[in-house]
Parts: sequence; C-alpha cells; structure tokens
Amino acid sequence: MSAMVLPRTSIWPRRLQRAVLVLVAVVFMLVFLLLPLAVVFTEALAEGVRTFFAAITQSEAQSSIRLTLLVAAMVVPMNLMFGVAAAWAMARFEFRGKALLGALIDLPFSVSPVIAGLIYVLLFGAQGWFGPWLDAHGIRIIFAVPGLVLASIFITLPFVARELIPLMQAQGSEDEEAARVLGANGWQMFFRVTLPNIRWALLYGVLLCNARAMGEFGAVSVVSGHIRGLTTTMPLEVEMRYNEYDYVGAFAVASLLALLGLLTLAIKTLLEWRYGAELAAHAPGGR
Amino acid sequence: MTLELSHLTRRFTDYPALDDVSLEIPPGEFLALLGPSGSGKTTLLRILAGLDYPESGSVRREGRDLLALDARRRKVGLVFQHYALFRHLTVADNVAFGLRVRPWRTRPKRADIAARVERLLQRVQLQDMAKRYPAQLSGGQRQRVALARALAVEPDLLLLDEPFGALDAQVRVSLRRWLRELHDEFGLTTVFVTHDQEEALELADRVVVMNRGRIEQVGTPEAIYRDPATPFVCEFVGKVNRIAARCEGGKLVAGGLVLGADPWDGRHDMAIVYVRPEQFIVAAPDDGEGWCVRVRHAFRAGGTVHLTLDAAALGMVLEMDVFGEERSRDTWQPGACLRVRPRHVTVFPDGIHPAAAQACGSGIVAPAARPMPVGP
Repeated sequence: MSAMVLPRTSIWPRRLQRAVLVLVAVVFMLVFLLLPLAVVFTEALAEGVRTFFAAITQSEAQSSIRLTLLVAAMVVPMNLMFGVAAAWAMARFEFRGKALLGALIDLPFSVSPVIAGLIYVLLFGAQGWFGPWLDAHGIRIIFAVPGLVLASIFITLPFVARELIPLMQAQGSEDEEAARVLGANGWQMFFRVTLPNIRWALLYGVLLCNARAMGEFGAVSVVSGHIRGLTTTMPLEVEMRYNEYDYVGAFAVASLLALLGLLTLAIKTLLEWRYGAELAAHAPGGR
Repeated sequence: MTLELSHLTRRFTDYPALDDVSLEIPPGEFLALLGPSGSGKTTLLRILAGLDYPESGSVRREGRDLLALDARRRKVGLVFQHYALFRHLTVADNVAFGLRVRPWRTRPKRADIAARVERLLQRVQLQDMAKRYPAQLSGGQRQRVALARALAVEPDLLLLDEPFGALDAQVRVSLRRWLRELHDEFGLTTVFVTHDQEEALELADRVVVMNRGRIEQVGTPEAIYRDPATPFVCEFVGKVNRIAARCEGGKLVAGGLVLGADPWDGRHDMAIVYVRPEQFIVAAPDDGEGWCVRVRHAFRAGGTVHLTLDAAALGMVLEMDVFGEERSRDTWQPGACLRVRPRHVTVFPDGIHPAAAQACGSGIVAPAARPMPVGP
C-alpha cells in the first residue's frame, strides 16, 4: 500500500514545480517580448488606419524601406558565401592562424557596433586614411549606400559562420571523403553532400543574418549621415521620426520593421513544418 | 591487378603513422590489416583510397603509379567504419551516387542505373529498403548499404575500415561469413582493417600484423597464429602465456622443466617462452615431466574448459584450455593438483627491445624466434 501512496505524494510537488516554472517563463515572455511588440502595433494604429498608411506611404518612409531591403539583399549573400567558406576552413583544415580566424569571426559580437561604424569613418571618411584618394576619384563610401553595406557586413559577419562551424565540426569530413572516393568532383561533393548536410543550420544562419542586417542601428547610424530619403534605413528612420515627436510615424515604420522580422520567423516555421518529417528522419544518428 | 606498396612512410606531427612499409597484394586476395589503434593500419588504408598521402614511397597497380591518381579516379570502393551514408538520400540514391556523379559521357542511362541499383540491393538483401533513409535502418543494414554503394562503381579494389566494429556481436559474426562469401563470388581484391584478431584470422587469406607504423609479420592466419615472427605478434594474436626461461648448459629451462635445446648456443642467457592456452598437455600422474600446478578456477564454455592455474615453480598464473572430452569434469575442481607441460612453444631471447628481436634473430645463424616441439 505504502508503495502506491508514495509516488502520489511525491508527484504533487513536482507538478507544482512544473506549473511554477511554466508560469514564470510565460509571464516573462509576455512582459518582455509580446507586450512591447503589441505596443508597437497599437501605437502605430493609435490615430487610425488612415494615418498609419499615410505615414508609411510617405516618400521618406518608402525610400527607407527600399534601402533596408537593398542593404539586406547585398549583405546576406556576401555573408552567406563568407560564412560557408570560413566554416569550411575552420571545420575541415588545420592551419596557422586558425585561432585568429575564429577570434576575428567573433570580433563583431564583441566590438560595439558604434565603434565598428567609426572604424569605417576613420578609413573611408573625408579625413580618413583613404578619404583623399576616394575623394579624388569621386567615390563616396561614408554617408552613402556603400558605407551602409560595409557596416552591415561587418556587424552580421558571424551569424552564418557561427551557426555552421559547430555542426560541420560535429559531422566530420567522412561524408565528403566518401563522395570523393565515389568519384564526385569538388562541386558535386559540395552541392550533393556538404550543402544538404548543413542546409538547416545554413538557413537559420541566413535568417538571423537577414534579421540583423535589416535591424542594425548603431554601426549604420555612424556611417549613414542621416540624409533623409538617401541614406536612412528603417531603424534610422524610426529614430529620426521619434526625435521629431512624430510618434505615429515612428511606430508605423517600427511596426513594418517588426513585421519583416515576424515574416522571417514565419518563413522559418513554415519550412520547419514543411520539412519537419524529413528533418526528424535525419536528426538522430543518421550517420 | 597486383598492388605493390613500397617503402611507404607517413609521419604525423608527433609519431610515425607508417614507417617504411612495403607489401604486395596479389589480385583477388582478401587481406587483413591487423593491429592496435595507432599502428598505422587505417593510415595505410586511407593512402590506398587517396584520402591521405605518404611522405615517401610508392603504390603501383600493374606498374602504374596509383598515388598520382586523385581519389575520384582510383576505382576504389571504400566502406567507412561508421559507413558515412548520405543521410539526406534514400538507400537507392545512396547506392546510385557513384554512378550519378560521373561525367555525362561515361554516365550510365537512368534506367541502367536503376537496374544496377536494384541488382545490388538484391545482392545485399535490401531490395525492400530502397526507399528508406539511412536513419531508418539497423547497423547491419547500413553496413550493407555502404557496401552496395562502394560496389556500384565497379571498383578494382575494395577497402573496408573496421567493417564490423560498430555492430553487435551476433550480427558481426553472420555478416563476417556473408562478406567472405560475397568476396569469393566477386573475386575482388579486398583489404580490410581490424583490431580484432579473431576477425582477421577467420576471414582473411593473409594477415598483415602492424605495430607502431611497421609491419611485424605478413602471413596466412595459420602461420600468424602458429609461427609468430615477433613477441608483439605472439602477444597480440590470440591469448598466450608469457613465461621467463633461462639458457643453461645448452638447454632451455623454465621452472625446472627442460623445454628443449638452447636455440642460440649460449649467445643469450635469458629467454621468453610463449605458450598458447591450448598448447598444454596434462601429464599422466606417474609421468614426472611437467610443472606442478593447482587449479584456481575452471570456466566451462560449451565444449571447452578454460582453466587458470597457479604454477608455483614459475611464480605465475597460467591459462590453459582443454576440450571437454579429454577429461571428465571433476578433474578440474578448484584446488586439484595437475602436472602440465607445453606441447609447443615459441621462444625469443629476452633483454632485447621487442622491436629489435626479429632483426637480431635474422642476423645470427639460429633463428631468434623459433617455434619448436617440446618433449619426447
């Protein structure tokens, strides 16, 4: 009898523990994640849908959206290629300076974005190292789109590589060696074996990289020069409107930026759902 | 299609993985590379596959330099220890991989590829699994897929890295026999790496015993077991009792028992005698020849009895195997006293570095390592 009673008395505190933990997590998420997001949307729509649409169809808002998408469209493919190459080098080869490469990949995480922006100003600005030369050849980097792209590349550089390195290290190179012995050339090996093996991590890396490229503020703010309609990305546009007491306008652009982020999340979830069965079939000990 | 490996040397940063290895592999042979981990056997296999390169030495196939060929042009089939199946491809796609990546000029037609995959899957008894993914298969099934994938490209040489290492004991034995039959049917030159001496002795035509990047001995399983060339081979292959002996007055003596004549005519004072557990004779009670031993434990395993014996004369514990029919069960009661002597011993001079024992033996008239019959 006591054996039957015992688990019952011990289960209740455990259930209680679980309930408390879940409650804490949910409340935390609500207060710090969902609530601010909800505020963004309610503030954006505070003066009605018409004002909202007026705010986001303004030409400055439109150009900031275009610029943000343009920067992301240039930054993400570059860091995709760099990330795969760097991860390959880190996971597959032993070479001098490997630790240095690893540290360099992490550098953008450890350096403040504002400093990253300043470095570019010091290099390419009018008074910078390459400033006079660039000026003489009529090339503008700082306070122009190239500067925004450079700063964004710097900031988002680690995302793809950091996502891939641990996975590729864990997977080892046996699959690739098998492909080679079976007669595959370098490209066939990469596209038929390496890429399928890393595709999920790569997708996560790309999505994170994209989200950060669209949302980056600090570094971009330094190199942008805040030229309305020319060099303001969406985060900068939000800040400028807020400083001008245009709260609805600020929140309207902010809500669009948040929507882009939510869209990214939705794509990820959709892909996971779409390929979930396949993913599950491969995850445990597929080697 | 003879493979000639000559003077292969490969160094890793801190130790030599291969140290001047030469070997000839005739066509159709089933060859085992046997050795402990770090002995260089896997490095040798990877060099044959084109995944690693030696610092010096050559590999020739019918007189042509194999090392000059890239891995993908060698016509070699390789089965990895953990199979390295492509997890995003079905079993059939895995097997077809080597055919699909060929340049279009030499690529078989779609239907031909499908037919060949079908045939191979039938041959490895996996025709019902064609649509499955590797994660949905058991270890033994994955191993067979890896084998079918390697065979699909019709290699001239099949390489297997610890082919049974990741399988449980029962599957291992049945797959072993099956692989041997498959080899006999295809007649393909096959080299496999193993650290399991039982596997090597059971499967291979010839066994290459490796240690610290060097070949210790090459020979048939019978020769490796009966006439080990070095102390290392003796101790690594099969169980063995290691007994210290002395050379006194032209005789080899251990624990008061004369084992035979001194094989070196007084050149060495000390010797090591190896006796395998099944190479003991139990002397009749009235026969004085033998060590007096006391039974410590008797383990019966099927038809064989494994005995551990306290041998006071030698100051050590001996292991002996006897086959059930030889004596009745109660002879082996713990505490029972017996007289045993070796039927066959292998002798090496002592006080020499093990690696040098063989070299020393070849330099003098009487072989240093000599299996010799004992007693009358």
